[in-house]
Amino acid sequence: MSATTVRKGAAAEAPSIGSNVRGYAERVRGGDMGALPAVFGLVVLCTVFAILRPAFLTAINFANLFTQGAAVTVIAMGLVFVLLLGEIDLSAGYASGVCAAVLATTLANHGQPWYVAVIAAIVTGVVIGVALGALVAKLGIPSFVVTLAAFLAFQGLVLILVNDGTNIAVRDQTVLSIENQNLPPALGWGFYIACVAVYAAVQLIRARRRAGRGLTVDPATVIAFRVGALALVGGLAVYALNVERSRNALIVSLKGVPIVVPIVVALLVFWTFVLRRTAFGRHIYAVGGNAEAARRAGINVDRIRISAFVICSSMAAIGGIIAASRDNSVDPNTGGSNVLLFAVGAAVIGGTSLFGGKGRVIDAVLGGAVVAVINNGMGLMGYSSSVKYIVTGSVLLLAAGVDALSRKRAAASGLR
Amino acid sequence: MSSQPVLEIRGLDKSFGPVQVLHNVAFSAYAGEVTALVGDNGAGKSTLVKCLGGIHPIDAGEYVFDGKPVQVSSPREAAELGIEIVYQDLALCDNLDIVQNMFLGREKKSGLVLDEATMEEMAATTLDSLSVRTVKSIRQLVSSLSGGQRQTVAIAKAVLWNSKVVILDEPTAALGVAQTAQVLELVRRLADNGLAVVLISHNMNDVFAVSDRIATLYLGRMAAQVKAADVTHSQVVELITSGRSGELGLQNVNGVTA
Repeated sequence: MSATTVRKGAAAEAPSIGSNVRGYAERVRGGDMGALPAVFGLVVLCTVFAILRPAFLTAINFANLFTQGAAVTVIAMGLVFVLLLGEIDLSAGYASGVCAAVLATTLANHGQPWYVAVIAAIVTGVVIGVALGALVAKLGIPSFVVTLAAFLAFQGLVLILVNDGTNIAVRDQTVLSIENQNLPPALGWGFYIACVAVYAAVQLIRARRRAGRGLTVDPATVIAFRVGALALVGGLAVYALNVERSRNALIVSLKGVPIVVPIVVALLVFWTFVLRRTAFGRHIYAVGGNAEAARRAGINVDRIRISAFVICSSMAAIGGIIAASRDNSVDPNTGGSNVLLFAVGAAVIGGTSLFGGKGRVIDAVLGGAVVAVINNGMGLMGYSSSVKYIVTGSVLLLAAGVDALSRKRAAASGLR
Repeated sequence: MSSQPVLEIRGLDKSFGPVQVLHNVAFSAYAGEVTALVGDNGAGKSTLVKCLGGIHPIDAGEYVFDGKPVQVSSPREAAELGIEIVYQDLALCDNLDIVQNMFLGREKKSGLVLDEATMEEMAATTLDSLSVRTVKSIRQLVSSLSGGQRQTVAIAKAVLWNSKVVILDEPTAALGVAQTAQVLELVRRLADNGLAVVLISHNMNDVFAVSDRIATLYLGRMAAQVKAADVTHSQVVELITSGRSGELGLQNVNGVTA
C-alpha cells in the first residue's frame, strides 16, 4: 500500500507519472519518508522469518498475525491523534485495561447483554479522555506528566475492578467472536470486492470532478496503480485467510477472514476520512503544526486538544474490548506490560512523528503489522520474552531515531 | 484618493494597569492608499494595531469604520468588518499547504466534507489577482516556501475575505533585498486594488517607496500624520526620535506628561 502514498500536488502544471514519482523521490530524500521504513521493515522481517522458520508462512500463522496485532493497532490509531498534536498518552494501555475490565464486569457481574457492556466500555474511554484532555488543555499540565500519573492510577483501577487480581472470564459469544470467529469465505471476498470498488469509485469521482473544474488531476495510470496495489495486496490477504487452516478440517473447519479485520478496516476508513476530509481533521493538523497560528485563525485549540484525547482513550477502549475477546478474559495484566509501548511503537514505526503535525491513521496499521510480525516471528524462533522486550524496545528507539533524523534532514531541505 | 477614511480613530486612550501606553491618539486609513505607521521601539505601534484589530479593548475614544461608529471587542468582530492583520510572525502552519493555510479556520465545506476544489479555485484566483507568480504549486507545503513567499501567502490569506483594511506588521523585517522588493510591490498592488493598507515598518526606504501617508507615533502620542510627498526622509526621522520637526509634530514635547 505504500505506493499509494504518492500524493497529489508534487508538481504544478501537468502532473505526469514521471513528476509524481520524482516528487515522491524528492520528498523521501528530503526526509519525509512517510510509510517507507515500515513497508521496508515489514518486507525484510517477513523474508527473514520465512527463511528461518517456515512455520511463519503457514495459513494459520498468517491469521494469527491479524488477531495478535489487532488490539495494539487499534490503540495506536487513537494514539496517532494525540501524537499529531505533539502530545503523548502514556496511559492508553491501561486505559484499555480499565475499559476491558468495565466490559467484563458489566457482562459477568451484572449480566448485561453485550451491547450494553460495549457501550459502557467506550463511555468509560470517553470519560477518561475528557479528564486527561481537560487536565492538559485547561490546566496546562504537560501531557507526559498527566498520562504518566494516569498510567499508575489506572493500574490500580484495573486491580479494583477485577477484585484484586482475579481473572474475570468473558463468555459472551458476540464479544468472543470478534477475535475467535471468521467471516465465511464468500463474505470475505464480498467484503474485499466492496472495499476495492468503493476505493476505485472514490478516486475516479474525485478525479473527474477536479478535471471538470479545470484543476490539476493525477494521471490515470497513478490512480490505476493505487487501486491495483490495493486490489493485489487485499486479494492475496483474503485468499490466504480463506485457506483451510484447521489441523483436522473434518472435525472443525477453520477458514475465513477474522471478524476483527473488517472492524479494523472500518475504523481505519472512518478515522482517515475524519482526518483528511473534515475541518476537524484539518484543525488537528493545524494545532499540531502551529498552535498559535491555529488560535489566531479562530480555532478552539483547547477543544481540539480535548477531543484528541477523547478519541485516543475511546479507541483504547475498543482495543481493550478486542484484547478481552482475544484472551477470553480480563485480568490485571490486560492492557498492561508492553501494550502501550507496542502501540506508541506502531504509530511511530508507521511514520507518525513524535514532534506533532505529521502522521496518518494508516501509519498505525502499518506499524502495528511490523510490531505483530516481530512479536510473532520472535516467538516462533523460540526466543524468551526477555529478548522480545529488548528487540521491540530497540525497534521503537530505531523508529524514533529515524523520525528525529528525518525531521532534521527535512529542516535542512526546507520540507518541514 | 478618497476624502473620507475607511477607518478612523479619534482620541484613543489605552492603559495597561497604571501605565498609559496611548494618549489621545488619532489615526486614519484611506481606501486605495498605503498609510505607514512608524515610531521608535515602545512608541505604541503594536498596541495601536492590536486595538484596531480588537485584541485589546480601548479605554476611551471613537472608532469609526466606513463613516459609522463601531465597537470592536474581538478579532472576530474586526474580521467581520473587513479588518485583517498580518502579524510579524506570520501565523502559518508549516505542515499544511498554501490553500489549507489560506482557509485555516474558515474552511469551505459541502456538508461535512471539505470542499477542496472550491478552496483551491478561490486561492488561485486571489493569488492571481495579486499577480503572485513566485509559487510553483498552491498545493506546496508552507515549509518549502521562502520567507518572501510565506509573507505573500500570509497577505493573500488576509485579502481572501474581501477585506477592506489590511494591517501589515513589519512585513519586510526578515527578508532579503529581492524578496523585500517583491513584498513591497505586493503591498502597493493591494492599495491599487482599492484596499486601505496600514504598513508598520522601521525601514525608511520601504516607507517612502510605497506609502501615501505617514503616521508617526512618539511615546504613545500621534506626533503627525502627513502625506508622504510633503515630508523628507530626515523630517520623518526627526519626528520618530524627538516627536517634532519644525512646524510638524508635538509642539510641547517636554510637557507631554501633563
